[in-house]
Amino acid sequence: MTNHWRDIRHADLILINGANPAEAHPVGFQWMVRAQIERGAKMIHADPRFTRTSAVADRHLRIRTGTDVAYFGGLINYVLQNNLYHRQYVEFATNAAFVVKEGYAFNDGLFNGFDPEKKVYNPAVWAYELGPDGFAVQDINSPRSVLNLLKAHYSRYTPEMVSSITGIPQDQFLEVAKLVGETGKPDKVMTIVYAVGLTHHTTGVQIIRSGALLQLLLGNMGRPGGGMNAERGHANIQGNTDHAISWDILPGYLRIPAPGQKTLDDYVARSAAKKLHANSLNFFGTNYRKFMVSLLKTWFGDAATKDNEFAFNHVPKPASDASWLSIFDAALRGKMEGIMLSGMTATSIGPDSNQVLQALSKLKWLCVMDAFATTSSEFWRAPGIDAKSVQTEVFMLPATHWIEKDGSFTNSGRWAQWKEQVLPPEGEARHDHWILAEVFQRVRELYQQQGGTFPEPVLQLVTAYKDPRKPDLDEIAQEINGKDLVTGKRLATFGALKDDGTTTSGDWIYCGHYPEAGNLTKRRDGVQDPAKNDPTGMGFYPNWAWSWPVNRRVLYNRASADPQGNPWDPKRAGIKWDAAQKKWVGDVPDYPPTADPANPASPLPFIMTGEGTGRLFSNGVADGPFPEHYEPVESPVQNPLHPTVSTTPVAFVYDERSGRGNRFGTAAEFPYVATSYRLTEHEHYITQQVEHLVQLQPEAFVEIPAELAQEKGIANGDHVRVSSKRGKLEVRAVVTKRLGPLTIAGKKVYQIGIPIHWGFVGINSGQHWLANALTPFVGDASARTPEFKAFLVNIEKM
Amino acid sequence: MEVTRRQFLQLGAAGTGVLGISPLGFDVVPATKIKQTLRIEGATVSHTVCPYCAVGCALLAYTKKTPEGKTQLLQIEGDPDSPVNEGRLCPKGASALQLAVSRRRVESPMYREPGATEWTKVSWDFALDKLARNIKESRDRTFVTTDADGNVVNRCEGIAFAGGAAFSSEEGYLATKLMRGLGVVHLEQQARV
Repeated sequence: MTNHWRDIRHADLILINGANPAEAHPVGFQWMVRAQIERGAKMIHADPRFTRTSAVADRHLRIRTGTDVAYFGGLINYVLQNNLYHRQYVEFATNAAFVVKEGYAFNDGLFNGFDPEKKVYNPAVWAYELGPDGFAVQDINSPRSVLNLLKAHYSRYTPEMVSSITGIPQDQFLEVAKLVGETGKPDKVMTIVYAVGLTHHTTGVQIIRSGALLQLLLGNMGRPGGGMNAERGHANIQGNTDHAISWDILPGYLRIPAPGQKTLDDYVARSAAKKLHANSLNFFGTNYRKFMVSLLKTWFGDAATKDNEFAFNHVPKPASDASWLSIFDAALRGKMEGIMLSGMTATSIGPDSNQVLQALSKLKWLCVMDAFATTSSEFWRAPGIDAKSVQTEVFMLPATHWIEKDGSFTNSGRWAQWKEQVLPPEGEARHDHWILAEVFQRVRELYQQQGGTFPEPVLQLVTAYKDPRKPDLDEIAQEINGKDLVTGKRLATFGALKDDGTTTSGDWIYCGHYPEAGNLTKRRDGVQDPAKNDPTGMGFYPNWAWSWPVNRRVLYNRASADPQGNPWDPKRAGIKWDAAQKKWVGDVPDYPPTADPANPASPLPFIMTGEGTGRLFSNGVADGPFPEHYEPVESPVQNPLHPTVSTTPVAFVYDERSGRGNRFGTAAEFPYVATSYRLTEHEHYITQQVEHLVQLQPEAFVEIPAELAQEKGIANGDHVRVSSKRGKLEVRAVVTKRLGPLTIAGKKVYQIGIPIHWGFVGINSGQHWLANALTPFVGDASARTPEFKAFLVNIEKM
Repeated sequence: MEVTRRQFLQLGAAGTGVLGISPLGFDVVPATKIKQTLRIEGATVSHTVCPYCAVGCALLAYTKKTPEGKTQLLQIEGDPDSPVNEGRLCPKGASALQLAVSRRRVESPMYREPGATEWTKVSWDFALDKLARNIKESRDRTFVTTDADGNVVNRCEGIAFAGGAAFSSEEGYLATKLMRGLGVVHLEQQARV
């Protein structure tokens, strides 16, 4: 989230897409309801299903899954065509006036720079025209200004076109567009709330960008009650993304080095943003080297010296994408020997669970660390698999729970909250980090005894904990924070990090969470005393826990104030310039704290980008500088915008590229659109081990629209077979009016809903059908996120 | 009228809980309050955070030592001081105790040989030793120091690590550090799936 849960109460309009907070994030949803009750906010829910979120919303739009680019695109077009955008904000805080380099084109569904052989774009061609000073040329009236290209690009997203793609009736769309357009005024603000219903598509990244574009145009980014707010689905998915359990990054969103980057300088030059405007601070780009060197010093200690580029070559350089789908693709190709799964199942989470089971069968070894048995630890005896034929060696290591260890969780709003150890480990269970630390020490001993391939990083990685086999999470928290190697003191801010090897920080964005004063994530000054603990009255509660970076509660908050430093809406101030004190006051400013807005040399408002502004146009994505609607890889219709390039030409189609042949179905065989989701009572798969929750939601089912059920002679509670090209479920049907027919490109289209929670492990282990047996093995071009949320199925009464 | 959980409990304690009049016709709030008080009387209260979704609801966990010296978890409830949840919990959070204390846990390390049809119970030492040897062998077999273009890449291609969105952040950081130390490039958690 750019903002945080409690902040949503400041919104005038709450646009919820690809999310069902009333059921999936019920306690966070209270802040949306409180905005409705306390300030008369309106809530719009666009979702394939009418859920309990829709029931509370002022308007539910039944949208076809996977068409949110078109929905947002229609809103963007409405705002541009009717001049409803926040003009002063757009000129001050976005790249609207930047001139794009000649050659930019978009024709029949393809941007310039497309390589039809490799099916990739070269994003470098989507660049700005540079002036003699080396900075981007500024001219908002140029036909190639970002604003004018944006207007042209989105002019195709008329209400008729939006309706034809999404299935939302034009009158309903226009009613919502009017409400959205009103938030372009300085005293109005809209929030966009979303979850994996937006990301789990082959256009996932561009869907999110669409929302961000809309928020920039309306001047809602950086403001309390505004922003782009992702509801994350697991307790600490945010913290563990920040700390880079992700193939493409190092802690703090530093890029993993790439082959061919021979030196640290080379890496920095190719990874850090370039300054593109004279007044751009370009804070991240400028300090990239400091953050990287401090990380290398943390990891490799004395072995990281100036002479060896701070052990830069100890960091692996991936040949290509190595994300989730790539792991199982590599296993299917016989290139993966072993997988360690720690608190995460592969089989159930999919996609294409049957193919994942095959992939696991091709491993030499699999190690599962978990508190309970999972569909991965038990994969070798899954229904339909002959255990004797599975040659994978499998380890099941009992791990502790969250409540048996301390450490912090970072929530969706970036608040890192420390938790205490409540219980000792159950039985023989061990902490995941102790298992990993112990295994690492044993591997290190094997290298010491036997030698082996490039042993240096294994031998030199710093593990100087009190007990290297059992590190305390408090010790690690201090390591993440970092210190000054000259004084030995922990640092209070990443502003003190250096690139000469005299500072450490395991994750620069967490630098300052554990200064000499102590661990700030333990702070507990909450709503027990609002007058004292919330001095601005804006709900920042600065001494409750700690949020990254530097305890800032709203990202990009310089844009919450006008160029002169006055809040766009004084009643909902993020930060403001205090001329008497000569500093910014309010939230922790996302800006140099004493930079006077009256000084023409003061930086532009978005200090983390090379432009110094928010980006309406960007070459940071793999599939286009502007978002474009493409059909899901499995779709019942051809793309009404450009039928010859119907789906995104750059989605990563693993099976085809690995020579296995595609496993996609057609609408002729599989005529219904399906989407998958969670229920309130379950969390993925672990809750199949929790008795109360299994009692509340005991059995797998699918939701079927009443009209379709009538056509097919299916009654509520009947057993049905739902099948895709890849697999099937045989479960009960819940016949409901919450789903219904849509008219898409003149054609009647039904959507079916599939909860994800059941498998062959758990209290009701007879329920062995895996929802992700249905889902396609294909990834978004930029993020390789699988298309869990839009695929084709057939349904038959059994 | 806005009633926070804190105020609700205070209302109950004061015996003025008009909100607590049940369909039975009498006020259940004082009774509930008394029952809860008895249950957690003398207990130690610890602060934790809900393990499920990422709203980040703060929890209070009440424990007592049994005469045998074991720690018994008595109750988990929402922390009324939290600016995130103000004491509220959903069905999952409210049943967190059943996740924390369960007879369904895996009790000891288990090992399955290739082709075996059952698990074998093994010692930690056996499992960790074998796992460490597997990691070293797979790393040595699949490590690429220089790619076809002559670039130094120092990567291990044949081992993947995935997990864990319910790790503490510090555990996650350590996992990243140790895996990158081994040269692992296939590194993933639930963010994408």
